[in-house]
Amino acid sequence: MSATVSAGTTRGPGAADTRVDVRKTYKLYIGGKFPRSESGRSYEVVDHRGRFLANAAQGSRKDARDAVVAARAAFAGWAGSTAYNRGQVLYRVAEVMEGRRAQFVAEVRASEGLAERRAEAVVSQAIDRWVWYAGWADKLAQVLGGLNPVAGPYFDISAPEPTGVVGVLAPQGSSLLGLVSVVAPVVVSGNTVVVLTSEQRPLPAITLSEALATSDVPGGVVNLITGRTAEVAPWIASHRDVNAIDLAGAAAADGVSWGDLELAAAENLKRVVRPAGAGSDAVEPDWSRTPDLSRVTSFLETKTVWHPKGR
Amino acid sequence: MATFEYAPAPESRSVVDIRPSYGLFIDGAFTESQGGSAFKSVNPATEEVLAEVTAASEADVDRAVAAARRAYQGVWGRMSGTDRGKYLFRIARLLQERSREFAVLESIDNGKPIKESRDVDVPLAAAHFFYHAGWADKLEYAGLGTDPRPLGVVGQVIPWNFPLLMLAWKVAPALATGNTVVIKPAETTPLSALLFAEVLQQADLPPGVVNIVTGAGATGQAIVDHPDIDKLAFTGSTGVGKMIARSIAGTRKKATLELGGKAANIVFDDAPLDQAVEGIVNGIFFNQGHVCCAGSRLLVQESIAEEVERRLKRRLGTLRVGDPLDKNTDVGAINSQAQLQRITELTAAGEAEGAERWDNGCELPAKGFWFRPTVFTGVSQTHRIAQEEIFGPVLSVLTFRTPHEAVAKANNTPYGLSAGIWTEKGSRILWMADQLRAGVVWANTFNKFDPTSPFGGYKESGYGREGGRHGLYAYVATGDAK
Amino acid sequence: MDATARARDLLGVTRLSDSALTSWLHSLPGVDQVGCEARAASLGTRSIKTTSKAWAIDLAISMIDLTTLEGADTPGKVRGLCAKALTPDPTDPATPRPAAVCVYGDLAAVAKKALGSSGVNVAAVATAFPSGRALMPVKLADTEDAVQAGADEIDMVIDRGAFLSGDYLTVFREIAQVAQACVRPEGSRARLKVIMETGELVTYDNVRRASWLSMLAGADFIKTSTGKVSPAATLPVTLVMLEAVRDWRDATGEMVGVKPAGGIRTSKDAVKFLVAVSEVAGDDWLDPYWFRFGASSLLNDLLLQRQKLATGAYSGADYVTDDSPSLY
Repeated sequence: MSATVSAGTTRGPGAADTRVDVRKTYKLYIGGKFPRSESGRSYEVVDHRGRFLANAAQGSRKDARDAVVAARAAFAGWAGSTAYNRGQVLYRVAEVMEGRRAQFVAEVRASEGLAERRAEAVVSQAIDRWVWYAGWADKLAQVLGGLNPVAGPYFDISAPEPTGVVGVLAPQGSSLLGLVSVVAPVVVSGNTVVVLTSEQRPLPAITLSEALATSDVPGGVVNLITGRTAEVAPWIASHRDVNAIDLAGAAAADGVSWGDLELAAAENLKRVVRPAGAGSDAVEPDWSRTPDLSRVTSFLETKTVWHPKGR
Repeated sequence: MATFEYAPAPESRSVVDIRPSYGLFIDGAFTESQGGSAFKSVNPATEEVLAEVTAASEADVDRAVAAARRAYQGVWGRMSGTDRGKYLFRIARLLQERSREFAVLESIDNGKPIKESRDVDVPLAAAHFFYHAGWADKLEYAGLGTDPRPLGVVGQVIPWNFPLLMLAWKVAPALATGNTVVIKPAETTPLSALLFAEVLQQADLPPGVVNIVTGAGATGQAIVDHPDIDKLAFTGSTGVGKMIARSIAGTRKKATLELGGKAANIVFDDAPLDQAVEGIVNGIFFNQGHVCCAGSRLLVQESIAEEVERRLKRRLGTLRVGDPLDKNTDVGAINSQAQLQRITELTAAGEAEGAERWDNGCELPAKGFWFRPTVFTGVSQTHRIAQEEIFGPVLSVLTFRTPHEAVAKANNTPYGLSAGIWTEKGSRILWMADQLRAGVVWANTFNKFDPTSPFGGYKESGYGREGGRHGLYAYVATGDAK
Repeated sequence: MDATARARDLLGVTRLSDSALTSWLHSLPGVDQVGCEARAASLGTRSIKTTSKAWAIDLAISMIDLTTLEGADTPGKVRGLCAKALTPDPTDPATPRPAAVCVYGDLAAVAKKALGSSGVNVAAVATAFPSGRALMPVKLADTEDAVQAGADEIDMVIDRGAFLSGDYLTVFREIAQVAQACVRPEGSRARLKVIMETGELVTYDNVRRASWLSMLAGADFIKTSTGKVSPAATLPVTLVMLEAVRDWRDATGEMVGVKPAGGIRTSKDAVKFLVAVSEVAGDDWLDPYWFRFGASSLLNDLLLQRQKLATGAYSGADYVTDDSPSLY
């Protein structure tokens, strides 16, 4: 018997008083569309007790490549949109998630094995995190930028700008809150992102992509790839059109050495956010803690513009 | 006399006292190397040997790091910000007091014109210390995050193009935030850093807070690889920057990298032309073009391309190339034989690829390393001279037709350090500034620097910023971070 | 060809109108104040030594329009100034003479008589100097009188009010008419210096436009200031004017002279201007025919430096003659 993750009660087939539920095909999310993996592969996703949940698409390096192309294509428009607009879009994600919270709770429960109340709390936090970051969109430039009082007749101003296309290894453990906690701070400033979801717990990510697709996030701004982290991550780390990479998901990822990924990232001087932990260890932090701005600033550039002041 | 000729107006060398040989400045004193070798620092304008300098060994670097660690734990890391600031103010004042000495020494060792070392390098270096001195006890107000704390021991490796100024860019913020330092000046320009050691002594800076180890690549590598270094700050080539990024991959060392560039200096048909020509000249011939943010690609709107080229060449006719110590010299010596070879090779490639080469035909001294101010016209994006950093007095001229085309060409490079825009149309400046993927955008000016103004690149020009409030981020931990 | 016809030709228009002049002048490249002043400052750091310095000092002396323009001027004072021009340094007969003595028109005859055929010219200010606020017949009479009295050069002022109100055609016509009034009965003409009073034009864009307008209308020289308005002859303003005459020659093949006047008092300042002349306009302008200093006290400072170079010792005010001490 398989455990489903629909929000309603589930019964075995043939029970007289229930209909046979329609199950979802879990796919990738690239460029605003939901393709299967170009490789045609899928892998079994099980719940915390090892029971079958679904077949997820097993993304390939070519899917990652397509996702980077989509992210790059979306960058200029997203970075060039007004901060007010980005804030509204992020807030809209929270609204749409709220409407689907039962599904998120069910998937988080199934994926992470949380008790219902705990899963409720996690989903609430994930939604609230979007709201928190949404509010930052039109404040970052004021908080992080400003006028520089140079010793000369010049107007000199520094402002943050998004760094470009960011690769994100989403946390392996916290399949929704952790995911939101690493994606929202990247996109709030105008970056676009290619996310490798939690390998073992990809279902909330896929549902999130459905929320993203229906909440005014332009196609290509967030791209989600399910699959084997160890297989795809090196291609993102070495991709020369990716400007930065967050290695949070290297913690507890099968066969993944974050040091190797950082080494590959050095080839085009990606900005690298290392996983938490000491030495070569990588640990997954407690995502329920209130974040600070560091995940936002890690994916920002400071642009300084000079102009003479004269008559 | 038929024309107006400037007689040589050399700055006196007598203000500097170069010792025949130098040890390593570790733990507050000059010490002998343990197992290191010696190398010579040469005046690039004369090829005269100036001094023998120590190539620090791994053991030397180890001693320096140990001294820095002791100083961090024992004194500097626990000193109040107010007191740290006072030391930095002292250093700023000492640099001002000894500015002439530093300027002359810098010009001798580096080859840059005295008017630049005198009016730019040294005053800006002092200003950097003065600016950061004030931050030392105000870090809580810098908006860096909660509880800003030093990282520990910082390893710094700096280039030869602005030896003292780059030292100031590195040392001042590190000390202001409570870190201690092991710094390596460039192989070809170690002397101003060694003179700076005297300033530290005069300032009574506690021993070990700043350690100066001279040497070449191996010494730098020893710093980069040292396990007890918490943070690295490097300015130099993108190639070496990548090596450093690889070296620290998988460790917990932090790094800021300020690397190469291939800046576009974009001139529109409504530009203030006379100032634009000055900006182009300053953009590429300042410091012999040995500037990472140099405006090495001139993008000029096709409708005025010929006029700009004509004016530019006329202007280059008045550039004075020669003795760096002559106050009238505009362009000094190329810093080293190796650099001269690279410039020569790349310009030969430019010719071979079909760009039209022009130089100002000035006479060059018989001895030393020299290169005439050179302009290539008819350059395409695919030419090597439009893609690779030449790091010399060589300008590549390309044309464009529309703002979009200018942006596309400007951004079509793995670099992203700086850019210039020349137009009198305000809204176009702001639009262009938004579009350009570069850390510093100069509009209707070029190559301006200030301690309050963050500097640093996008993409392969490196990461992190130096200067201003933003430059402090690289030297502190905040919040829960370790 | 008269000025209007030539202007039509240069502008490519069939009728010279205000709007034609406006579009022409406003199509000139702008001047960025900060960049312009930075360039001037950098020219000011050129260091001149030994033989070049001696040469520069003599050149500067020979470029002076030795000037007195005061309500209290008398024939006696003007004669004294002329004597000074003829013998700048009685201790050294090799000292060059200034280019001209510059006076009000009513004293031009006095100056002419004193200077005779020495080669030192008489320059007279005209056209209701310094304000220029008079009707055109008065300005023309002013000019004609001075020319008739023997002035070799006329220093006119433009109508700054007209310029600032955008009435470029009026400014053009006035200059062109005064240039006509400089013609002597026998056909030769006094050279015309056009004072733009840059201190009242305020912006470098205006200085550039006024320079081109003056040259278009027939100026032989463009001149910064009357000396009655501050700031007068600054180095950046002169730089903009030097760029204008340089570009004018590129455009027309004709050379026009430049005269900074007012506020240049020291040898050091004068040398900075010469450096700017050399590096911006070119060495062709390093000639009293094409470059002048409007000054009074500058001469004696140049003489002090000249004596220093000759003797090796610093000189003092008692060792140079002074023919224009203060009234007070």
